[in-house]
Amino acid sequence: MSQTATVPRSFGDHVLDVEDLRIEVRTDAGPGPVLVDNVSLKLRQGEVLGLIGESGAGKSTIGLATMGYSRSGCFITGGKIIFRGKDVRTMTRDERQDLRGHGVAYIAQSAAASFNPALTLYEQICEIALRRGLMKEEEAKAEAVRLFKELELPNPEAFGERYPHQVSGGQLQRAMAAMAMITKPSILIFDEPTTALDVTTQVEVLASFRKLIREHGTAALYITHDLAVVAQIADRIMVLRHGKMIEVGDATQILQAPREEYTRRLVAERTVANQNLREDEKAASAALLEIKNVVASYRSLTKVINDVTIDIQRGDTVAVVGESGSGKSTLARVVVGLLPRSSGDVKFQGESLPARLQDRSKDQLRRIQMIYQMPDVALNPRQTLLEIIGRPMEFYFGTPKSQIKDQVSEMLRHIDLPESFANRRPGELSGGQKQRVCIARALAAKPELIICDEVTSALDQLVGEEILRLLNRLQDELGIAYMFITHDLGTVRRIANKVAVMLKGQLVAYGETAKIFNPPYHPYTELLLSSVPEMRADWLDEVLAKRVGKAR
Amino acid sequence: MAVATETKPKPKAPGLRLFGHKMPISAQIGFLIIFLNLFLMIFAPMLAPYGEGEVPTNLEKWAAPSAEHWFGTDAIGRDILSQLLYGARLSIGLSLITTCLAFVVGIITGFAAAILGRWADMVLSRFADLILSMPTLVFSLVIMSVIIPREEAVVNATGISNAFFEGMVIIVVIGFLYAVPVFRLARAVAMNIVALEYVEAARLRGESIWWVIRREVLPNSIPPLVAEFGLRFCFTFLLIASLSFLGLGIQPPYQDWGSMTFQNGQAIFSGKPQPLFPAGAIALLTIGVNLVVDWLLSIYSRAHGENA
Repeated sequence: MSQTATVPRSFGDHVLDVEDLRIEVRTDAGPGPVLVDNVSLKLRQGEVLGLIGESGAGKSTIGLATMGYSRSGCFITGGKIIFRGKDVRTMTRDERQDLRGHGVAYIAQSAAASFNPALTLYEQICEIALRRGLMKEEEAKAEAVRLFKELELPNPEAFGERYPHQVSGGQLQRAMAAMAMITKPSILIFDEPTTALDVTTQVEVLASFRKLIREHGTAALYITHDLAVVAQIADRIMVLRHGKMIEVGDATQILQAPREEYTRRLVAERTVANQNLREDEKAASAALLEIKNVVASYRSLTKVINDVTIDIQRGDTVAVVGESGSGKSTLARVVVGLLPRSSGDVKFQGESLPARLQDRSKDQLRRIQMIYQMPDVALNPRQTLLEIIGRPMEFYFGTPKSQIKDQVSEMLRHIDLPESFANRRPGELSGGQKQRVCIARALAAKPELIICDEVTSALDQLVGEEILRLLNRLQDELGIAYMFITHDLGTVRRIANKVAVMLKGQLVAYGETAKIFNPPYHPYTELLLSSVPEMRADWLDEVLAKRVGKAR
Repeated sequence: MAVATETKPKPKAPGLRLFGHKMPISAQIGFLIIFLNLFLMIFAPMLAPYGEGEVPTNLEKWAAPSAEHWFGTDAIGRDILSQLLYGARLSIGLSLITTCLAFVVGIITGFAAAILGRWADMVLSRFADLILSMPTLVFSLVIMSVIIPREEAVVNATGISNAFFEGMVIIVVIGFLYAVPVFRLARAVAMNIVALEYVEAARLRGESIWWVIRREVLPNSIPPLVAEFGLRFCFTFLLIASLSFLGLGIQPPYQDWGSMTFQNGQAIFSGKPQPLFPAGAIALLTIGVNLVVDWLLSIYSRAHGENA
């Protein structure tokens, strides 16, 4: 195995030297916002620098700039990007062409979107080496197989013959690393490479990336919003916010002794993630929602939900967790009636709900509301907040127009948005504000149960944290029950009093949070729990060591 | 992803704007042509030096353009300019009404197919495919040649005028034929919108289909539909002109630009400029509408257009 991160590693010469980098948006109307403001960084041979920050911090923009590239509309307006003694900004077209892929290689967030579905993996992985004339086809293939082995891909000899859709998301992400490494670049840029993966897959991919970097002595920029992930792989960490450098230092220093307030908040957010927001155990009352032996499937015969039984009481927060494809979102669709169940029963306050949405009464619909993952597409961009939040009031309660305005203002206050926002449209709001509006729309129906489908996963950590607090406060005030669908176990610990763990459409564990998250575990729950990155540099080594031990 | 999202509302750059987008010079020219045409069409009776179909007293066939007859006269001595102005009312008016009909029918059926899904979509789409498989001009020629011979019987039975009957036939036949491409576009646009969660939220609320169409889908599909409206107007306009040119559209004594081109067409062989004026008018308006449509389409296809 690789050496542990706690032992100080020695690095070679500087391969990348960025000085006072400045990137701005320029539009027809004139200069726009500054995306990257006087950022300097140095990268030595074999060193991994983690770039961390919320969305809009300029992390990816910096990553792309090291290849002399900026997104359309953005311009590098100042500073130097010195790669092995040569400024990328003053390079000729050919030199820059040579730099990209050969000197600096890029690994994007979504491997699925970066591969051409019509070509085999070999064709795409070897393409750059062949095009540059660096290798012959057999050499390139042999090199690819060697990389597949290093990345611990199954059946490395035959792996390259497959098409992108024939391999899993985690495998595809590793295939992209192989594509980047085939020309043996000096610098690898990882742009949120594990963000789209499940926690259990993330561990494996992270481990193989680290092994690859260490064995080849490649320098790397690792871009992510997750401090715990970067802690496993980076030697140094740079914290960015709104395009400015906040703090840069050794990984251990940033994690254990952050100097700046913002970094402290980022670190703290992760640490508090294990404390439950719920102060007291709310008294259990009659069952609000009873899901009994529910089976559901899409048009095919495979059961997406198989024999699931869950009950939710008033004031409960029940978290439904599992990897993607476990059927947790489908369960929500069955409860609201978007996907009719094929057998079993869903009872609300003791009354059986019709399977189909169309057969439910207005009042049955009102009592269960839903909040979505992507606030961007959950709000009609052409309607004002007054229309969006006012509609459920008008629709369910027939509230006259004259009163709706006042009630919407009150609702906006309730979710901590200024009343003047009533005339704004969703496009004028930030992601967190949009999610608040979604919550307000759900509340306007005066529901008894709100289904939250991954409501914080599209938001930045600190913003997501605020949304969780808001939901928690509303529960205290209004006694609403939540069915909280998520893949983030940190969130679950914080807000849920009950947890349902799902795997391949079946419920593998269900009960009080404390019970489920403490030994004796169900083996799958244990795997999930152990896969959540912790804010320690040696966490990954421990997990891997443990798993190897178990396998023996 | 990492591009800063906090942008303040910028002071708008000077220049003509529509829907909040700056208008390029080509679109401005397009609008100028359209407005000029509409102006001439509406005020034709005041602007035209001679009446509709009026044969001037100083009868002169095939008169060359002069101060008296700017664009010359036709085979029976009518003033081309006056005919052109009155013809605009028929050409543009009929096309507008026809296009509107095509849009009302196409949008309602298209949205219904997208929202109702499965069976409704299957039936409507296959019917649309059936009509699309036949060339529009040929199809409308066949229908017209069946209907026009029965004109006298209908006119006598109902007491409506011949001209009104002919106009109605054109509007209904072309309106329904062109509802098909509109249906296809409206369906495709609505399919994308229906998949979004705000539509799902409305359905979960229990909203009626009519409300979902009107409040959630329609406002978000305006830009592509407006662009299509312009394009479809051109096609309708040209199709009516073609039918008239072939003698099955507007019947004498009324003239639209298509039938004017047809009736004056022979003059081109003797080097007279008369047929160029109605033909040029058709071309000019088509170009004008297309300039505007191109601009609208470019807004719609812009990746980060605020209003796209």
